[in-house]
Amino acid sequence: MTSQNSAIKPQTSGYSRRAFLRASAILGGGLFVGLYLPKGVAAATDGTDSWTLNAYIRIGSDDSIRIMAVAPEIGQGIKTSLPMVIADELDVAWEQVQVEQAPVMPEIYGRQSAGGSRSTPIHFEEHRRIGAATRQMLLQAAAAQWQVPVAECRSQQGKILHVSGRSLRYGELAAAAAKQAAPELTSVALKTDAQLQIVGKFTAGVDNDAIVSGQPLFGIDVELPGMLYAVYQKCPVFGGTVKHANVAQLEKLPGVRKVLVVSGNGDFYGLDAGVAIVADSWWQAQKARQQLQVTWLDSKATGQSNAEFDRLAHALKSQMPTQILRNDGDIEHCFAGAAKVLQADYYYPFVAHGQLEPMNCSAQWQDGKLSLWAPTQNPVGGQKQVAQVLGIKEQDITIHVMRSGGGFGRRLFNDYMAEVAWIAREVGAPVKLLWSREDDFQHDFYRPAGYHSCKLALDAEGKLIGLQDHFITFGAQGRPLLAAQMNSDIFPAGFIPNLQYGSSLIPAHIPTGWLRAPGSNALAWVFQSLLDEAAHAIGQDPLALQLALLAQPVGDLGSFNPQRMTAVLQAVAERSGWGRKVAAGHGLGIACYYSHAGYFAEVVEVSVNQGKLQIHKVWAVGDVGKYIVNPSGAMHQVQGSILDGLSQALYQQVPIDGGAKLVNYHQHKMLTMAEVPEVDVEFLKTDYPTTGLGEPALPPVIPALCNAIFAATGKRIRQLPITADMLT
Amino acid sequence: MSYQLKINGQLMQADVAADTPLLWVLRDTLKLKGTKFGCGMAQCGACTVHLDGKPVRSCVTPISAVKDRAITTIEGIANSELGQQVQQAWKILDVPQCGYCQAGQMMSALALLRQFPQPTDAQIASGMKGNLCRCATYHRIKQAIQQVAQHTDKEAS
Ligand code: FES
Ligand code: FES
Repeated sequence: MTSQNSAIKPQTSGYSRRAFLRASAILGGGLFVGLYLPKGVAAATDGTDSWTLNAYIRIGSDDSIRIMAVAPEIGQGIKTSLPMVIADELDVAWEQVQVEQAPVMPEIYGRQSAGGSRSTPIHFEEHRRIGAATRQMLLQAAAAQWQVPVAECRSQQGKILHVSGRSLRYGELAAAAAKQAAPELTSVALKTDAQLQIVGKFTAGVDNDAIVSGQPLFGIDVELPGMLYAVYQKCPVFGGTVKHANVAQLEKLPGVRKVLVVSGNGDFYGLDAGVAIVADSWWQAQKARQQLQVTWLDSKATGQSNAEFDRLAHALKSQMPTQILRNDGDIEHCFAGAAKVLQADYYYPFVAHGQLEPMNCSAQWQDGKLSLWAPTQNPVGGQKQVAQVLGIKEQDITIHVMRSGGGFGRRLFNDYMAEVAWIAREVGAPVKLLWSREDDFQHDFYRPAGYHSCKLALDAEGKLIGLQDHFITFGAQGRPLLAAQMNSDIFPAGFIPNLQYGSSLIPAHIPTGWLRAPGSNALAWVFQSLLDEAAHAIGQDPLALQLALLAQPVGDLGSFNPQRMTAVLQAVAERSGWGRKVAAGHGLGIACYYSHAGYFAEVVEVSVNQGKLQIHKVWAVGDVGKYIVNPSGAMHQVQGSILDGLSQALYQQVPIDGGAKLVNYHQHKMLTMAEVPEVDVEFLKTDYPTTGLGEPALPPVIPALCNAIFAATGKRIRQLPITADMLT
Repeated sequence: MSYQLKINGQLMQADVAADTPLLWVLRDTLKLKGTKFGCGMAQCGACTVHLDGKPVRSCVTPISAVKDRAITTIEGIANSELGQQVQQAWKILDVPQCGYCQAGQMMSALALLRQFPQPTDAQIASGMKGNLCRCATYHRIKQAIQQVAQHTDKEAS
């Protein structure tokens, strides 16, 4: 096999250069391949055994192949796609492979959270090399056994073949391979693109059998012997604490074992105060909750509301931003001399995650040690949070990562883990905490709302020469709330000579957090709408305006590559027939965005008839580098992100009045089967490193939709969600 | 109260309060975890099961209302040939993303295909619109339903 490392650039991969492979025999004569990493410099120099095992592959003497899935599965397909990468380089049939969720051992496996579309870019290259190195050891073992040069041997689907026609199965070689020296990960030979047999092939999810037959799989399905069930009532005003609760009365209700008043630690990201009701069944706990009477104490959130936020934002708008995020050229001079100035204010609301499986976690406290069965995106963060809240050591907490019924960023926060951990320690029995849908909507970590007060300057030739955005966001103690900040490099930054991004803060006490494509899911809409506004103001085609900007960078672009964006824009224009004549009442809108290392351009076709909006079709073209590991999962992520974005634009907002004023899905809707448009997807494969797809397809669809509405109606959408009165 | 239930062709017994929703009897009393909880308010369809072949939302169906009707859950979907075809199509087309809504989707799809072996787009839309998929796997769900319909069409002809 020849070494072909294709166009992947090693500096972008996630594996450590200090890592090396070590293999060991397992009981019964199998091979156990691990990646060894030094624990740390201190440990490495103290003369003790400083090498720990990091197992990815187990080959049994019975030819069983087990591959570990290192990252949590939340629907993004990582439990299937990363093992595919190992299996391909190992050169085994995918049908032979069993996939297991890896234990939480970050000191060994490295990053084990699911967020930021990071799992693929971090693990892809490393996984290839681990698979390839293991195959190399099997080759060496066979060559040694036959006493022939390694070069005369090759692998084929779980076997090593010799030119003479002899062959040995991996299972037969596993024990001997375990004694071979492990090759250097950095120099191991990888398959050529033509030799790849699993990567790039439509591959069904490894848990599909369990899903279609209803076998227990998710966090909510966990069952522990003697388990009790809990609900946890928090204050309807964010951060409110308990003054009094009718504990004794509730404890008399059927099935109720214990009612606990939990004071918490005053931190949304720690343990929020509330009342826990623990019962023999969840329904009994939930029913008892109907009779719960709590006197809550006020919090900093008392009195905050959308109306108050609007008022504060309006006042801030007329002042200078308190912080300048970026200042290119001379913004004042540019606007003073502009031939034309456009002004536009944009507003997007707070949004909830609404993942279908409500927050839940099961816990067992025994002899000062805690086990948690958690559907989480962030087990390591959860471990830290629970340790802190309970005042115990992280090493005394074991986390079993369960499949999650959707994540979308919600499960990067582990409030429910802290709650159940506290309850389990108090009651001394295994407990499953399950939130109701109301709990879920009322105690989310919301995508922050935002106000943008924007100005565009055009010169006498109609060229866009200036852009100013005063971003009015939410904060506490002088800092933006989590996920409420804005980066300074958002397109068109670096392409317009005079550009200023500034921000000011509205004080607020709201749990906020990351929602799929954080920041980008809102900012793409603002900036891509603004560019569409500019194009229409000067009578230029919106695509032509974006292409012209991309062709002439004038400032610092950060990691943004204008050629890649140009290519996806041109491709989506071609696929959608951009510029074609559309039926009466129809309109096409285009937008592009770069986030999470991915480049996406999208076109939406809508029609509006008598105020009724219909979305006919969406075209998306993306560039996430060289490989599409699993086309099935990739297509899922792009189509899912696009429909997700459309749901957000059409339906979703969380009203704030002290706390979140909503109860269930009818107030925070998503598209249904009756509404979904066709979504056409194409990937441009480029020689860039392979990156993730959980997020980057979402941001452009919202501005593309709004730009299409403008094309169809002349109505500019500057506030989300879109309501019927904005269309007429 | 003690209830005798016919679930997936088997007799089972549950001692629960009369207002306990069928969903919680299935999940927590009888340990059939396949039927999922999403909203508790007949908003999402994750808890869809069949009573005498008709899809119902088990989160708002009190156990006392079940009576002697036969309950079919996702664990029993393979008891019918059509159910097996639905499972096959779901697997081959790799319908699930997170998979959490899919038990409900499949139970609704099975009921739809019973009623309309060759459903039109409009029938698929109205038969499935009560089942939310937060991951938005709707394109694949539709494809899977159409694949089963095609298969049945071929067998019939
Ligand atoms: S849980 Fe029953 S419809 Fe949502
Ligand atoms: S597959 Fe995740 S909710 Fe449908």
